[in-house]
Amino acid sequence: MAELLLDDPVAAGFEIVHERPHSFYPEFFRKGDLKDQTHYCPGCGHGIAHKLVAEAIDELGLQDRTILISPVGCSVFAYYYLDTGNVQAAHGRAPAVATGVKRAHPESIVVSYQGDGDLAAIGMAEILHAANRGENITVFFINNAIYGMTGGQMAPTTLLGQKSTTTPYGRDHYNDGYPVKVCELLATLEAPVYLERVALGNAKQINAALRAIRKALRYQTERAGFSLVEILSPCPTIWKLDPVAAQKRVREVLVPAFPLGVYRDRGAEIPKGETLPPRPLPAPPPPLDAIPGLLDIDEQTPDPPAARPAQADLRIRVAGFGGQGVLMLGEVLAEAGLQLGLEVSWLPSYGPEMRSGTSNCHVRISSQEVDSPLVARPNVLLALNEPSLRKFLPTVEVGGWVLYNHHQLPADIAVPEGIHLLPLACSELADSLGETRAGNIVMLGALLAATDGLPIEAIHRALALCVKSARWLEIDRRALATGQQAAREALSNRSQEVRREIQ
Amino acid sequence: MAKQLIKGNEAIVKSAILAGCRAFYGYPITPASEIAEAAARYFPSAGGTFVQAESEVAAINMVYGASAAGVRAMTASSGPGISLMQEGISYLAGAELPCVIADITRGGPGLGNIFPEQSDYFQVVKNGGHGCYRTLVLAPHSCQEMAGLTALAFELAHRYRTPVMVMADGFIGQMMEPVEFASTAKLPAPPEWAVTGTAETRRNLASSIQLEADQMEAHVRKLERKYRLAAEEEVRCEHVETNDADLVLVGYGVVARVLKAVVREARAEGLRVGLLRPITLFPFPVLPLRSLAHRARIFLSVEMSTGMMVEDVRLALNGARPVEFFGRCGGNVPATDEVLRVVRELAIREGLRPLLTDVPSLEVCHG
Ligand SMILES: Cc1ncc(C[n+]2csc(CCOP(=O)(O)OP(=O)(O)O)c2C)c(N)n1
Ligand code: SF4
Ligand SMILES: [Mg+2]
Repeated sequence: MAELLLDDPVAAGFEIVHERPHSFYPEFFRKGDLKDQTHYCPGCGHGIAHKLVAEAIDELGLQDRTILISPVGCSVFAYYYLDTGNVQAAHGRAPAVATGVKRAHPESIVVSYQGDGDLAAIGMAEILHAANRGENITVFFINNAIYGMTGGQMAPTTLLGQKSTTTPYGRDHYNDGYPVKVCELLATLEAPVYLERVALGNAKQINAALRAIRKALRYQTERAGFSLVEILSPCPTIWKLDPVAAQKRVREVLVPAFPLGVYRDRGAEIPKGETLPPRPLPAPPPPLDAIPGLLDIDEQTPDPPAARPAQADLRIRVAGFGGQGVLMLGEVLAEAGLQLGLEVSWLPSYGPEMRSGTSNCHVRISSQEVDSPLVARPNVLLALNEPSLRKFLPTVEVGGWVLYNHHQLPADIAVPEGIHLLPLACSELADSLGETRAGNIVMLGALLAATDGLPIEAIHRALALCVKSARWLEIDRRALATGQQAAREALSNRSQEVRREIQ
Repeated sequence: MAKQLIKGNEAIVKSAILAGCRAFYGYPITPASEIAEAAARYFPSAGGTFVQAESEVAAINMVYGASAAGVRAMTASSGPGISLMQEGISYLAGAELPCVIADITRGGPGLGNIFPEQSDYFQVVKNGGHGCYRTLVLAPHSCQEMAGLTALAFELAHRYRTPVMVMADGFIGQMMEPVEFASTAKLPAPPEWAVTGTAETRRNLASSIQLEADQMEAHVRKLERKYRLAAEEEVRCEHVETNDADLVLVGYGVVARVLKAVVREARAEGLRVGLLRPITLFPFPVLPLRSLAHRARIFLSVEMSTGMMVEDVRLALNGARPVEFFGRCGGNVPATDEVLRVVRELAIREGLRPLLTDVPSLEVCHG
């Protein structure tokens, strides 16, 4: 009979004073047993806070749009109760999860619901940075000054002197630090739009809490940005108090330690009736067929240059000081190989050595599939400085070429039998062009003259692809010609025998 | 599509976007940073999200959120960051949320160094987080595969509703090779289980919690069935001259590239050497290895570690053949000559003289 009446209380002649919010499940179908009662202890603040959140969601008409992120803590099962979209997060990570959800669906209303251990201890980094990014989410932060779920250990908000299972002699700031004041802390950041601390100590405080919760959600609907409501909340079980005494403790102990009030309200700083500037929505997505172009993927392969070596097996090591364009020289070579329709690979030395010291790369250009991209026995060594010459000269294969960035070898270095050597002061030649840094491309020109291995047309194409600035492209083209010319002169001064192709 | 010369790390990003990935959350670390950098460049213009998270812990949880919301999502990191992500990976696996995680491996333990190593094998392949779960693991050995296997990773992640790892060493991430990308971009609709903030999806829940013992076991068994199915359906590996091989090399990533040179040079010396290259590290190519044991006399696992994958090779062969190991670490890549020397020694030890024929075939144990 009672049930029948409740089904349609208005028809039954009752005046509705307080209705269960729609966003709160009438029966907790996800719960194992006792589907009509929550798992919270009698008088627990979570139960009250859940209802307030559900009520505010209803009032603002947000039920279908809302996605609740539940934490790890006593409120881990918030999804039993809130009839909204639900995502359960790892301990402390709810603001990061909320970020991922909100960015995926900017029109959804994302609520991160967290306890004090979850938010202010293990999850401090996540909450601080979500707040700092001004994520357009709403955080409800349940501060009960204790770890409820795990049975009463110290929370970051536990008061000085307060006993817990892990502060059996009371919290001592020398050992455990001070209670963390989250609203005050977040108020040091620029981005948050709304930060308020409320309490669940009596009906009046609960009404004020509802107003704050509603306001925080409303800001999200306006895309105003990040808001957080800290809710001082009773935990009668761990506090070992009855529900009434626990509420009294909220009023008389927690509130003095964590003063209630508004810590940030950007809405109050603008004229009444106006709304805060909304955070921009992402631009509408491009049509799918525009995506390859946006990714700089060309549809058509350009025809390879006419002159194309039938056989190629260049195993090149380029080495020098950082800043000499070692990696770029290697890249131009690899790109030229690709332009010729050959198989190529480019493998750099990477990391801190690029910032100073030496740099080197391995380049392979081959008419066969490239197996190892590492060049242990090069047939071309482009040594832009002396340490590189000393290091890699012994590795060069018989019949290979060594180009060295100086007009002669150091006195103590002998060229092994069967190795072709071309010493050429490439950086100095580049200097005369007005850019010492183009020494790498002068050496590339010299390599072309020495080996005839790669057609110049392919190098020109590669330069055009690798060099973004028009000024540099011009310099590099001149450097290439200079290197070719200088190498031809140097080589013609030698016997024709020395000049041999490497393939 | 035209081939372009591109770093492996960048190829991952382009391929991910073509595969419909629209959320990238990452944190910089060498040698993986180019992935985040390219993502920052390309994701916003493709209608996606890029956020540099405050940590890898946050990044993987942002991925968790995006995935729960039905968006194809990914992150990338290297050893130290992958260690931090393990918590999130476990949650993703538990909640059956798909995503792709690229691990561009470096030297360890601790801060180690930034050079290539394969010492993340255990934490990536054997599940570095808590609980009975596995991640599917793909191991590219070229820039082309960085693209291709990233696309495959998204397909597998969604087919199996599970995180998929793309594990490549620093060299594969840092090197440039010609890559041909997929010619069309796709953008699958959010799956029906996703929580998207609509009336239709309001009752959806993404969670890894199973409160009751029986419920939890049932869930774990369900995951286990998925992994079994993947083990049957998804094994991928490359055979190089294994048909008549007396000695089979096993290696992945840049090591496999070196081993291809070793095979070529050993064959030139008349030694019948082949290579089995696992492309999926989980599921591991157990049956392909076992069937090679019918003919091959000995296996040699070569890695940039002190010996991790070799355990899986031994498990697969289950004593049917001797399994030897050669490894370098710290950023040193096994050199072709070095491995050749080991191959020659083993050939002498096992009596595998050049062009030796008719090695008796042993029964392989399928236990
Ligand atoms: C990584 C991790 N560490 C520890 C735990 C154990 N744990 C579960 S809840 C909790 C504390 C929750 O306290 P709080 O956030 O204050 O929530 P309350 O229960 O008080 O509402 C802890 C430490 C966990 N689940 N995960
Ligand atoms: S232990 Fe405390 S916080 Fe947890 S349900 Fe009980 S009263 Fe609530
Ligand atoms: Mg608490």
